[in-house]
Amino acid sequence: MNILSLFVLIPVLTIIAILFTSNMKQTRIVSAIGMGIQLIVAGILVYMYLAERNAGNTADMLFYYDAVWFPTLNIHYTIGVDGISVAMIALTAIVVFAGIFASWMVDFLYREFFISLILLASGVFGFFISLDIFTMFLFYEVAVIPMYLLIGIWGSGPKEYSAMKLTLMLMAGSALLFVAILGIYFYSAPAGGVLTFNLLEISKNTIPIEMQRFLFPFAFVGFGILGALFPFHTWSPDGHASAPTAVSMLHAGVLMKLGGYGAFRVAIYLMPEAAHEQAWIFIILTSISVVYGAFGAIAQKDLKYINAYSSVSHCGLVLFAILMMNQTAMNGAIIQMISHGLMTALFFALIGMIYGRTHTRLINEMGGLMKVIPFLGVVYVIAGLASLGLPGLSGFVAEMTIFVGAYQHTDTFHRVATIVATSSIVITAVYILRVVGILLLGPIKDDHYLHLTDAVWYEKLSTLTLLLSIAAIGMAPLWLSDMINFSLGPIIEKISGVTIAGLF
Amino acid sequence: MVDYTYTLLIPLIPFVFFLLIGLTGHKMKPIISGLIGTVGLGIAAILSYLTAIRYFWTDHLAETGFKSIKAVEVTWLHLTDKLTINLGVLIDPISVMMLVVITTVSLMVHIYSLGYMKGERGFHRFFAFLSLFSFSMLGLVLATNIFQMYIFWELVGVSSFLLIGFYYQKPSAVAASKKAFIVTRFADLGFLIGILILSFNTGTFDFQLLTSPTGPAITMPGGAAFMGLSVLTWSLIFIFMGGAGKSAMFPLHIWLPDAMEGPTPVSALIHAATMVVAGVYLVARLFPVYALGAPDALNVVAWVGGISSLFAAVIACTQTDIKRVLAYSTMSQIGYMMLALGVSGYGGHDGLGFMAGNFHLFTHAMFKALLFLGAGAVIHAVHSNDMKDMGGLRKYLPITHITFLIACITIAGIPPLSGFFSKDEIMVAAWHHNKILFSIEFLVAGLTAFYMFRLYYSIFWGKATHYHHTPHEAPFVMTIPLMVLAFGSIFAGFLPFHALVTSDGMPFEAHIDWSIAIPSVLVGLVGIAIATMMYFKVSLLPDKMANNFGSFYKWAYHKFYMDEVYLFVTKKIIFRYISEPVAWFDRHVVDATMVGIATTTEKTSHLIKGMQSGRIQQYGYVFVTGAIALVLIFVYLW
Repeated sequence: MNILSLFVLIPVLTIIAILFTSNMKQTRIVSAIGMGIQLIVAGILVYMYLAERNAGNTADMLFYYDAVWFPTLNIHYTIGVDGISVAMIALTAIVVFAGIFASWMVDFLYREFFISLILLASGVFGFFISLDIFTMFLFYEVAVIPMYLLIGIWGSGPKEYSAMKLTLMLMAGSALLFVAILGIYFYSAPAGGVLTFNLLEISKNTIPIEMQRFLFPFAFVGFGILGALFPFHTWSPDGHASAPTAVSMLHAGVLMKLGGYGAFRVAIYLMPEAAHEQAWIFIILTSISVVYGAFGAIAQKDLKYINAYSSVSHCGLVLFAILMMNQTAMNGAIIQMISHGLMTALFFALIGMIYGRTHTRLINEMGGLMKVIPFLGVVYVIAGLASLGLPGLSGFVAEMTIFVGAYQHTDTFHRVATIVATSSIVITAVYILRVVGILLLGPIKDDHYLHLTDAVWYEKLSTLTLLLSIAAIGMAPLWLSDMINFSLGPIIEKISGVTIAGLF
Repeated sequence: MVDYTYTLLIPLIPFVFFLLIGLTGHKMKPIISGLIGTVGLGIAAILSYLTAIRYFWTDHLAETGFKSIKAVEVTWLHLTDKLTINLGVLIDPISVMMLVVITTVSLMVHIYSLGYMKGERGFHRFFAFLSLFSFSMLGLVLATNIFQMYIFWELVGVSSFLLIGFYYQKPSAVAASKKAFIVTRFADLGFLIGILILSFNTGTFDFQLLTSPTGPAITMPGGAAFMGLSVLTWSLIFIFMGGAGKSAMFPLHIWLPDAMEGPTPVSALIHAATMVVAGVYLVARLFPVYALGAPDALNVVAWVGGISSLFAAVIACTQTDIKRVLAYSTMSQIGYMMLALGVSGYGGHDGLGFMAGNFHLFTHAMFKALLFLGAGAVIHAVHSNDMKDMGGLRKYLPITHITFLIACITIAGIPPLSGFFSKDEIMVAAWHHNKILFSIEFLVAGLTAFYMFRLYYSIFWGKATHYHHTPHEAPFVMTIPLMVLAFGSIFAGFLPFHALVTSDGMPFEAHIDWSIAIPSVLVGLVGIAIATMMYFKVSLLPDKMANNFGSFYKWAYHKFYMDEVYLFVTKKIIFRYISEPVAWFDRHVVDATMVGIATTTEKTSHLIKGMQSGRIQQYGYVFVTGAIALVLIFVYLW
């Protein structure tokens, strides 16, 4: 049995087990055990992966497994991982695990809730292990659909509207993506060859440049919508605001990363010539995302909106770095995905916990909470510091890698874009400190808040899991960075071997 | 090579104690957590002294010139094939000097805080933050490369943020901490850009390589890159921007006076003796690059330093909050240090300014920490920051009074106290470089003496205020640090700095230049005399003077309205004119477009959905009508 298939199998088994549970307590224990095992398996995977690499295995993809699934179209269930996907899988496992504990108190249709949540997780895991772009797409849809139900049923506020908006926009992205995938498929082999969806096979072939020019925007924007690419990011604030806590965590923490990962693994990797040609357009858009999202966050009043706009800014940086198309910047992009995934999941978890106590998410109605809920307050501050890039926490590592990488371009355009992007470190500080100042510090605004209770064990478990991961990456980033770097080698080789110069 | 690996412990001990106190402090008795932190710093201080003694004397490094020694270095992160972020410990004259400064002042502040913070809520939190700060600051000065420095630079920034906002339920403290962080963060953006430019062009972050006269930075081809300045000059100006932010140089100084919202020991440690001189240290660290590679950038340093020192000294003469007076005084003195570096050349006696700047950093740390801690003892006794609420306190606080007086004489530059020696060297260096800068400094020397004695008289002499509770002298844990620092203030001037801390590591001969020393002492005495006239006894003279200066006094009293400018930029420009429109645009334009697409789709479907009614009669009717229409078209129009 291939270890990777476990990542799809464990969620399915957990879902089946949930069907047999008879009360809330059982359901959540089964979910926690299932996702706990998943987290352990992810840990084992990281260990096995590093052991293989240390043993000198230099294959692009490890734990490779291939099974024909639909011969007519040559669709396979092809799985395999490199350092990048291993890192993403570990991220997903951590966020899902924390998400289960953050939704410990969901009591309405609890069985269905956990089933949807875990189904979503299985889609994400499937996406990250797939090497066949059709299967990848399939898993992607598996992840997006439960989102609709989760927001529409368990959400808050204008939940039907938000769920509909989110799903429609992501579906529009999927449609673009599907065009791109089919296009890639039809040009996946030289004339007369066997057409394939296999990522590794396609990468050996060069798709004709005319087709690349046509398909690249479809693929990049298709994934970019999920990665909150300006101006297609507006599903994100509404969607997050209405989503229940664990769903926001998973969505911002993991699902948005599918966008970055896909843009990099499918769009740029398979169509590097077009990527070089068109990068400037998207660099402009992503630079806007970075600054615009951060400014947008300053003016928000709702905690979830603040975090959603902050995500626009941070995910913008991911796409920005990917488009820089050199090893350092791309490495930074992957670390940023992981770092942002952990950070934003932590934020949404905390927001959910604070909301559960104060029943409001408007920062102006709160104040001085640090005194009554010190644990949550301190964790919030640390998460904020991670978000504004404090050294010793993961955000700093990611941002600095990106900035240094992006600055390696010698032309004025890339340099200016880089400096624009670096300015986000100041703007981020402004909105983070604004929120911390209003929400946590100062005198207590409302006497009702005097009786709030601090975090309980499952909340502590959920937040500490994320917090420790953030600190671990922030303090000792070398192993992660090297693991990603090693796998980036062959990818960079392919995309930088391109001779066609871009516009700049 | 001499082994200095153990110096790694100097920053690590405070870090471990930070974690220990931070995680378990709330379970201990407050005093225990305080003692743990103090003991940790004590060990670090002993190790620092040991290192200083070994490095400067017992290891006999002076014969060949003081070299920089990399005691430890590990790889932290690979960036590009050339650029790697390392963490390590670099031992050289300035870092060893800083170790002594930081651990001494920090230890004194720890001891002092045991008394000052007694009974405060969050006592253990305070000591945890102090340990965090000490760790960050020590990591900063020991950095082997500029990126490590940037890492710890940010960490001292956040420690400062946490400590300024220590009384987090007080809105003014929260605002001050926020302001400090954001202003310095803005400056750090410049620092970061500077690092990006410098590292890209030299291919290294390493200080030893960067500062080597044959290294890639100094030998980088010059030539105008942008606006007539070379790439190296630009990168150093950007880096200096970071230093100016942290060191509260004009116009990035606005956070420093507000930072006085923090507990007074914090002001003494962070905002007087250590963190605020990080900018000076940064320039000193990269000094060979500035001096040999980009004299233009060094000129910027000199002028920013000179202007800041004058600007701050003028404001200091008008403030009534004793901590703010000291804050502006700090800014002014740091201006001196910057100026000293700025007017310095490289190597031998040309490097006098470099030596003087570091010397002043050293002596200033002693006397300014002493002033702040003394002010803390005063505030502790009268529960007010305002000098209007004070007067005649010499009877009640004898030890504080004497030590404060010593510090005032020191800062006024009266021989043979330490301030005289370091300030004199700066004057000499400025005289040989630029007469205008020298004149500014000469004027500032007089102003300094004036405002310090204004402060001194207003607190300890002047009107005999009636106090509700009789003020009483601080406990021993607070007065002992005062005495230790007073001792340092008196005798630190006799350290042979020119034989220890020089721009190229080689000792040189320096003598007091009496032709400059005598006038500068005299101007100090004049300042003191004027202050004595005005404030020794209650008189109407100060008000008259203020009236004579008219609007200039008002401007200075309002700190030249710099805070209003800051508020305008943050509240109006960033919030009102950028963020809110962005948020509005996002909702009402970008999102509205997306919603518009959806609504259009829906409307269209409403429009045409009638055609799919499912009624056979209607279908038949449409079918027949259509068929007839087609027939008619075919028959008549074809």
